[in-house]
Parts: sequence; structure tokens; C-alpha cells
Amino acid sequence: MGLPISQTLAPDGELVAAHDFSPEELRGFHRDLVLARRIDSEAYALQRHGELGLWAPMLGQEAAQIGSGRALAPNDFVFPSYREHAVAWCRGLDPALLLSLFRGTSLGGWDPAQYGYALPAIIIGAQTLHAVGYGIGLTLEGKEDAVVAYFGDGATSQGDTNEAFAWAASYNAPVVFFCQNNHYAISVPQERQTRVPIAQRAAGFGFPGVRVDGNDVLAVHQVTTEALAKARAGGGPTLIEAITYRMGAHTTSDDPSRYRDAHEADEWAERDPLLRLRLLLERTDPGFAEFDAEVQAEAEALGVHLRDVCRNLPDPDFAELFEHVYADMPPELVAQREEVRSWS
Amino acid sequence: MELSIGKALNAGLRAAMDDDPKVVLMGEDIGRLGGVFRVTDGLQKDFGDQRVMDTPLAESAIVGTAVGMAYRGFRPVVEIQFDGFVYPAYDQIVNQVARLRFRSGGTVQVPMVIRIPYGGGIGAVEHHSESPEAQFVGTPGLTVVTPSNAHDAFWMMRQAIASDDPVIFLEPKQRYWDTSEVRDEAGLGLHESRVARQGDDVTVVGYGPVIKTCLAAADEADASLEVIDLRSLSPLDLGPVMESVKRTGRVVVVHEASRTLGLGAELATRITQECFYSLEAPVQRVTGYDMPYPPCRVEHDHLPSVERILDAVDVTGEF
Repeated sequence: MGLPISQTLAPDGELVAAHDFSPEELRGFHRDLVLARRIDSEAYALQRHGELGLWAPMLGQEAAQIGSGRALAPNDFVFPSYREHAVAWCRGLDPALLLSLFRGTSLGGWDPAQYGYALPAIIIGAQTLHAVGYGIGLTLEGKEDAVVAYFGDGATSQGDTNEAFAWAASYNAPVVFFCQNNHYAISVPQERQTRVPIAQRAAGFGFPGVRVDGNDVLAVHQVTTEALAKARAGGGPTLIEAITYRMGAHTTSDDPSRYRDAHEADEWAERDPLLRLRLLLERTDPGFAEFDAEVQAEAEALGVHLRDVCRNLPDPDFAELFEHVYADMPPELVAQREEVRSWS
Repeated sequence: MELSIGKALNAGLRAAMDDDPKVVLMGEDIGRLGGVFRVTDGLQKDFGDQRVMDTPLAESAIVGTAVGMAYRGFRPVVEIQFDGFVYPAYDQIVNQVARLRFRSGGTVQVPMVIRIPYGGGIGAVEHHSESPEAQFVGTPGLTVVTPSNAHDAFWMMRQAIASDDPVIFLEPKQRYWDTSEVRDEAGLGLHESRVARQGDDVTVVGYGPVIKTCLAAADEADASLEVIDLRSLSPLDLGPVMESVKRTGRVVVVHEASRTLGLGAELATRITQECFYSLEAPVQRVTGYDMPYPPCRVEHDHLPSVERILDAVDVTGEF
């Protein structure tokens, strides 16, 4: 219906639209994609070995996240859901920090202001409103920065998300709504959430929506860069629908074989976001093999780092947690903390 | 028949759907997947996708549209996937579901069951281990129940669906896989409490997931503990509690929810009012602490344990 799907790099590695990325930038995307996939596969393995309570795999969504994440400027701010591991990577978070949430040693783990990366929202869609409020704040301060809200196709049914759209339009907030349409909300296919392309909804709220091949890192980077530039220039919000596919389970607790056909995943494997850039670079970048070997070695080292850090993440001191409920501990809470301390 | 709590709930839902074509199920992932805890497993296959609906992802809409279905004469049984996800629906529950009978002078009823897997202990991420019962108990117009075993899971589900009042049906998710006997007769009404274990020295009152912990404490205690399973949190049936306290003079209330204004506060007040001259010690509480549910690696420091219950039992003996 109506809206075209932007694509620059086709699944077979052919360029189908113009771009102005330098050879170094293309290599950078390749490195990010490989390392992001390694973070994900390593965390998945750690969960399977009992080191993490849970993991939400992003396998298949790397290009949507790297393409958009690398379009951000240092002063921009991200409000993620719980699957944006590669965006976190782009913001400079040590992936080990993400593991603390899934190991259950922390509910946060980093200072959002340090990275321009908020604590992930598990309640679906809640973060979209936070992004709008942050954007209104930027406008009030006269800043020319932008904010990105990441969410999925399921979140587009939530009231919060639709309220965020309405508010962002009303305040002309500098927000990019980045929807990774990975086709499933756990078991529920996107058709249950929407009868029209998700991006098409934006028009009804009064701002543009665009669709992009979410497995094409170049096209994602291009559309996100445009949307961010527009937001910074006072042009208001944009909804980007990045069409991708959750190749793995919703989480390590999920069993997709109960609700989807294996053939579907096979078809999407042919559209693998890493494969097409590799094909392009193998064809056009004379030193690629050597560069790729370095990246693979770097991925190995990252894997070792993640395993080491994960196994050594300290459990929090339960008694200390009482100190973070309020700015100042009320007397009743002091008493409860003392009760806990009296055990040992 | 020996069943797990999860399978007993499934059997209760199935029996209710067999009995009444107006019973419909709505929720996220309840159909094809059978629910993330498989409580609705197989029901969509047998009753079709019009009676077992995989809804869009929106909790407020699940409850709000179920209100509309109730207006049309249906008996919706909705699933909120995890306890922490009920809050987006909280407005519909408190401002609409709970009040329609009152506003309409009884002409509109909302015979809705809102199923919520609740409580901690499963090593989950944030918002998956909450105990929100006090919020609902404090909302006039709602009823709130929670089974602790498979027999009650089956029969209370049947009674809840048959109830003409809205029922918040809290399912102790940590205990879904625990098996026990489901007998042929309900034995108790939906809003009756029961003595789970008889004893003489100290009365231990709990509900839902902590009943197992309370019974384990009774096994280990030097004193003889009487364990009472409330089953219904709103309305409360405190007859067996009062009868017990008048004999023991000592009470410990146990729940996972945080302490301040939890069920323990209400119980302590009513026990004090009714059993004042029998009490040998102040009512003790073993609860979650007054903090957001902690990271799961330390959740067992937060949850009531056998050790903490036994400590509280000892305290009641110091007076």
C-alpha cells in the first residue's frame, strides 16, 4: 500500500540505489554487524549455560540497529526497549553492562546521561512517551539535538505509543520513532496489530512515516540520518518502520516452533543483514579478506571478555538496595534494612 | 486426579467453556502459543479463535474491550501475561470494571475474570515478579482470589467464571508446576478460607505462593503451627483465623507483597479488634520489603522464607 520500502543494498549484495558512504564507513558497518551478532550469540550461549536468567535475542535485527544507531550524534538520546543490544553497542556501552539485567544482578546498570542511552523499558511502549518528553525538554532549552524511541510492531497497539505519536505531533517534538517491525510480538503476528503498514499510521497523527528494508544497514542509516536532521532543524517527528525479522525466539524462554513455520525463518535467512554487506565488500573492497580476519579476531576477543565479565558480575548487596528507594531513607525503611542486616 | 496447578487451571477453563458458550478467553499469546505458561494450551484448537482470542498487545484494551463484551452478555476471562503488565490496564479495572455494578444500581454487571500470574521466585527480569493484590483488595467492587494448590486452582476457576462480580484471579506462577490431587467436589465456596494444617501454638496466615513455604515452616518448627490459607483476599473470610487465634493467641501473617498496607495490615487490625483478649503477642508480619521488587539474584532475600517465618514464630513466643 502506498509507501515504498527504501532499499540501497539488495539481499544479493547488489547496490540498487546511490549512497555516499566511504570504504571505511562500509568496513565500519561490517565490523559493527559482526561484533553485534557476536554479543548476541555469546549472551545466548551464556544463558544456555545458566549464567544468565534470560536473554532476548536480536538475531536478524542487527542492520536495523546498527544502521540507526550509527546515525546518532553524541548528544542525541535513545529510549530503548529490551532488545536494542546493538544500539547500546553504538552508544558505547560495554555489552557486559547489558548482561547484568539479564543475569539479574541489576535493574539498570549504567548512567543514561553518560551514554545518551536510557534504561530499557520492559513494559511495552512506555519509553515512547519518555522520548517525547525528553524531546519537549530539548525544545524548551533551544537545543538542536534529537531523541530516538525504539520499539517493535507489538508496541504500536499500546495506548502509550499512540499517545506518544499524538503528543510528538502536537509539540512538534524532535523525536524519531524507530519501529523495528520484526513480524512477531512473541507469538502474535504483525497482522494482528495492524491492517496497514505501520509507517502509514503516522500520517493520521500529522507527521511523516517511512518504510525501510530493516536488513539493509545502508538504507537504514540513510533514512535515520534524514529523520534526525529534520528533527534537529525543528521539522518535528518521523516514524521509521524498519522491516526486519526476529530470526530467533522472543526470549530464551520462548519456543517459536509452536507458532511459526520453519520455512519462514529460512526465507529470511536469505535476507540476512550481515550477508549482503559481506557480498558487497568481497566484490568491491580489495583488502576485505584481511580486514574481515581482524574483525573475526576482535569478535573472538569480545566473546572472551563477555564470558569473563558475566561470570564475575557481583550479586548486589540486598541491604544496600534499601538506599535507592528514596532520596532519603524514611525511618521505616532504615528499620527494615537493619532487620535484613541482623540476619548475617 | 493428580494435576499441576497450571493444568488444573486449564481444565477449569475448559470445563467452563464447555458449560457456557458465553465464556470467551482474551489475551496476549493465549491462543496459538497456549500462553507463556501454557495455562490455555490447546483451548484455541478445541474452541476456535473466536472464543480464545490472541489479542493485540495492549493490556488496557484487553480489559476495556472485555467490559464491552460483558455489556453484551459475555463472560470474558482475560489473561494479563505477567503481574507487572497489569498496570497499563489498571485504569480500566479500577475506574470501569470495579464500578459498573455500583453506578448502575445493579443493572450492569461485569462477570469478568482477570487472570494474573503473580509473585516472584522464578528468576525473572523486572516487572515479572510483582504482587499487586493489595491494590485490588483496596478497590471496592472487585473480588480477589488466589489458589495455592491444584484442587483450588480448578474449582476456584470454575467458581470465579460463574461469579457475577469481577474477579481478580491471582495465579501463583512459582507454583504452576506443583502437582496435587483435584477432588470431585469443590468442598468450599469461592470466598472461603481453609485450615491448611492444624496446630495449637501459633497461627500462620498466608495465601497463594507462600502456603507451601508456610507448610514447610510448620514441618520444621518446634512449635505446633496452624496454617490458614485465605484463598479469598476480597472479601476476606476470617472466621477460621479468629477461631484459631482465640486458641493460639499468636499470629504470623505471610505474604510476598511489600509490607506497608499489605494484607498483613488489614489482618492485624481485624485480629486485634476481634481477638484482643486472646492475643499473647503482637501480630507479626513476614513480607516482601518496602522496595520495588529487587534484581532476581537476590530475590530470595526479599521473599518470605522458612527461616524468616520461624524467626517470626519465635518472636511471638517472647511475649
